[in-house]
Amino acid sequence: MAIAVALLLLVVGSVIFHFASPWWFTDIASHWDNIDLTITITFWITGFVFIAVNLFMAWSIYRYRQKKDGKSEAIYEPENKKLEMGLSVFTTIGVAAMLAPGLFVWAQFISVPEDAQEVEALGSQWQWAFRYPGEDGELGTADVEHITDTNPWGVNPNDPTGQDDIVVKEPRMYLPLDVPARVSLRSRDVLHNFTVAQFRAKMDLIPGMATFMWLTPTRTGEFEVLCEEYCGLGHHIMRAEVVITEQDEFDAWLGEQPTFAETQSRPQGDPEAGQQSYTACASCHGQNGEGNQSMNAPRIAGLQPWYVERQLRYYQEGVRGTEDQIGQQMAAMANTVGSEEARRNVSAYVATLDAEPAEATMEQGDADRGFRIYRDNCAACHMKDGTGSWSTDAPSLVGMNDWYLARQLEMYRNGQRGEHPEDDYGYQMNSMVKAMRNDEQVAAVLSYLRTLQ
Amino acid sequence: MAYVPLADQDDAHAMHDPESFVSKYIWSQDHKVIAIQYGSIAIMVGLVALVLSIMMRLQLGFPGLALLDPASYYQAVTMHGMIMVVYLLTALFLGGFGNYLIPLMCGTRDMVFPFLNMLSVWVFLLSVLILLASFFVPGGTAGAGWTLYAPQSITEGTPGSGNGMLLMIISLAVFIIAFTMGGLNYVTTILQARTRGLTLMRLPLSIWGIFVATILGLFAFPALLVSAIMLGFDLMLGTSFFIPAMLQMGEMNSQEGGSPILFQHLFWFFGHPEVYIVALPAFGLVSDILSCHARKNIFGYRMMVWAIIAIGGLSFLVWAHHMYVSGMNPYFGFFFATTTLIIAVPTAMKVYNWVLTLWEGNIRLNTPMLFAIGFIFTFIHGGLTGLFLGNVVIDVPLSDTYFVVAHFHMVMGVSPVLVLYAALYHWYPKITGRMFNETIGKVHFWCTFLGTYAIYLPMHYLGFLGVPRRYYEMGNTDFVPASAQALNANITLAAIFVATAQILFFVNVFWSLKNGKKSGGNPWGATTLEWQTPDTPPKHGNWGEELPSVYRWAYDYSVPGAPRDYIPQNEHGDFTADPGDEEHLVHPEDKEHAHGAPDTQEIPR
Repeated sequence: MAIAVALLLLVVGSVIFHFASPWWFTDIASHWDNIDLTITITFWITGFVFIAVNLFMAWSIYRYRQKKDGKSEAIYEPENKKLEMGLSVFTTIGVAAMLAPGLFVWAQFISVPEDAQEVEALGSQWQWAFRYPGEDGELGTADVEHITDTNPWGVNPNDPTGQDDIVVKEPRMYLPLDVPARVSLRSRDVLHNFTVAQFRAKMDLIPGMATFMWLTPTRTGEFEVLCEEYCGLGHHIMRAEVVITEQDEFDAWLGEQPTFAETQSRPQGDPEAGQQSYTACASCHGQNGEGNQSMNAPRIAGLQPWYVERQLRYYQEGVRGTEDQIGQQMAAMANTVGSEEARRNVSAYVATLDAEPAEATMEQGDADRGFRIYRDNCAACHMKDGTGSWSTDAPSLVGMNDWYLARQLEMYRNGQRGEHPEDDYGYQMNSMVKAMRNDEQVAAVLSYLRTLQ
Repeated sequence: MAYVPLADQDDAHAMHDPESFVSKYIWSQDHKVIAIQYGSIAIMVGLVALVLSIMMRLQLGFPGLALLDPASYYQAVTMHGMIMVVYLLTALFLGGFGNYLIPLMCGTRDMVFPFLNMLSVWVFLLSVLILLASFFVPGGTAGAGWTLYAPQSITEGTPGSGNGMLLMIISLAVFIIAFTMGGLNYVTTILQARTRGLTLMRLPLSIWGIFVATILGLFAFPALLVSAIMLGFDLMLGTSFFIPAMLQMGEMNSQEGGSPILFQHLFWFFGHPEVYIVALPAFGLVSDILSCHARKNIFGYRMMVWAIIAIGGLSFLVWAHHMYVSGMNPYFGFFFATTTLIIAVPTAMKVYNWVLTLWEGNIRLNTPMLFAIGFIFTFIHGGLTGLFLGNVVIDVPLSDTYFVVAHFHMVMGVSPVLVLYAALYHWYPKITGRMFNETIGKVHFWCTFLGTYAIYLPMHYLGFLGVPRRYYEMGNTDFVPASAQALNANITLAAIFVATAQILFFVNVFWSLKNGKKSGGNPWGATTLEWQTPDTPPKHGNWGEELPSVYRWAYDYSVPGAPRDYIPQNEHGDFTADPGDEEHLVHPEDKEHAHGAPDTQEIPR
């Protein structure tokens, strides 16, 4: 009896939940309305069956429950061929009504129009990079074997068609409105998946081969790219942004991006010019960039120039250093190297300084345990040997002050660093720091890093 | 003298009754003891999986607490999945219920190969111990998801990719050995040792479900064994079956030419039949429970048998529906979507027949029946959402979201578990000779049934929204509103509630062992042979002096004119009918003809 009522209430409750739920598909931003339509058809058919069968069951239980007087009796009916045949036919028709539109839309899903705008998305643990064909309208060949610190896309340097390819290392891609786009997908390491919820389309990235998907964006705006194939501990922080704009805005953005050839001959900073500006830094960071704990100034010798350059820009633009007092001091100092060129020069000078490993100031932890934590959580970006890489946007950790690293981890943990929207990968550290949940684990990792010197 | 297999020996004195404690309870070759051993081990390790799921849910519901670090979270996910699918569900349905019910329902004294059967359970225990050992090795358990997808699972940097993964692979291989020894036994016993008169089309559906599921297992597990061995070679010897040239922590690896997609094909060639290895025994058991407590024959018996066979066969042709967005050849989508949706037809027929069994029945709403009815509801729900995911193009937006998690938990988590409870309660009186406590049983049902629906119904909607699965935390994502996190927290609370309620089951089982009412041999008034044993619990050899003879199908409930509302299969009498065998259907008015019918009619045709 109670179960019959419960089934009735569950059916009614499910229907109410369905209509009251604020959680439903996002507003679509691609031309795959047909996918949504197929879902709607399936929803109505399955919804009808769900309600009908369960209500029939609830009624049967109510009507044919055993009565207390013991007088109720069941009938004896092993089979009813007509009924069984009727139900099979009815079910087959229902299934066909769902399958037919599904296959029809799938045929569209795998047929890319010839005039589609080509774009390549390259996944790695746990970042995205992008590539567009250059003036020749063709993407150059690429393979993981060509990947170097300055060529994270793996573009074949000997292939002339690849030289003019437009390459993007920031986690941001643009697509023009109403133009079909064929997204070609490659992976540097493990499986990944390119998903934009609003596009409805998604596809895995597989190391060793290229996969694809296509869509026509139908709405301008910024949408998030998520990885939806488990790719390691940073799976959930492998994010990028896709920006849909009008064609002219897209063209303008594309024009600002470097070609592959340009990235291979980046302008070098002038260390001599940088030495001038460095005098302002030396008062805290020391003549040789060795750092000074009493001034809260970390060692900066040994850091990669692109990293120093970027941090100076972040301090200047308020992306870093607004939330803590020490950072505010640094932000003021960063203004002394205000131009891009000045930043590049001073960074080039810092790179010439001899990097001595900083002295240990904190108690030793369990380095073996630190190794395991580091290997699983940090090494994908900071590299196994802790040297970091431009291709993964990760600074070197080798020989850095332990007190400085500990403070940065603390700041990432409490959101004083990394949460600014312009800080491309800061949010990743905000999440990854959770791999070290207590001082003991932090000490373990720092002790392991000390062994890398 | 010709050799007569033990299972066929009529004479109970030829059985050497085990005497010492060790031969009776430890190195026992008695299928009933082995069943209880299998079941206990499976339930124990299942409890580990339950605890892991609560740890996971706490992290998902309350990410701010950061109770788990990312590595432990993914390790919990992996171990929970693998334990539930293989070490709990497969082992409990086939090793547990298969072992207990096959000889009893088939009217034999034991399995055809009792020694092999005993080896099977001990090797199973070994596989469980190897698996559990991985919790204690440096690096911890495997942490790449239960699907163990290459290259992730054996790539340095994945938690447990060294020791944990190696132990996982060894444990699976050992499990498969155990399963093969048990499985061959189940199939052989069902085919070889059925008692007089028990034709295949008179078998209870429990046996049909277990039979076909075991055949699926014998064909599907080798695919897992092969992929596990090759994965082990890639891990230990540096071969490249599944590993292409790729970067590992910024450095090129030394392997090349392997295919990650090949691993997925092999895995799902096992993985999809595995769903039915769990589902078919559940279908079978629930059919018998429904029929018995509805006091009515199972509706459309022959359709039910053919549906089990059809589903079993089709289950080998649908595996790549797990891979629609894997980057495999897109034309596969047409084929696998079609086969997948075809499988819905026999499955739907089974559901209709269960419901039609209730129709015009005389339904007894006790604990096993409630669990069985609960199963029909959750299975309808999970089956229908399968029509979304099977239909290739709908799978695209929903794949790898919480919709998938909700779907497979509803259809192969909650549904089989509800059947397991129904079956444990239903056969408890036969196994122990005592009744369980009906009140505690009902409270357990309501908490479990309503609680799990509160977990999984809303979870589908997170999936519609696009919340991805296997995320340690959602972080800031524009399209995921704060209310989704609140929903997640509520799902976690429901999960904790359901997990806690399972204590009731254990309380009931242990309390009733001593304090339950004596049940007698056939408390439910059931027709199948296991309820007709001379002793309850059945003694070694099951049948005393003489094996039973079978005269009718397994569903003679409420036969018009019969003195009781059930006629046991071994009762020789007037009121007999095999399904569809209208010419032999004997009506009470037609007694004269019945008396004239010779006994030989009841011998297997």
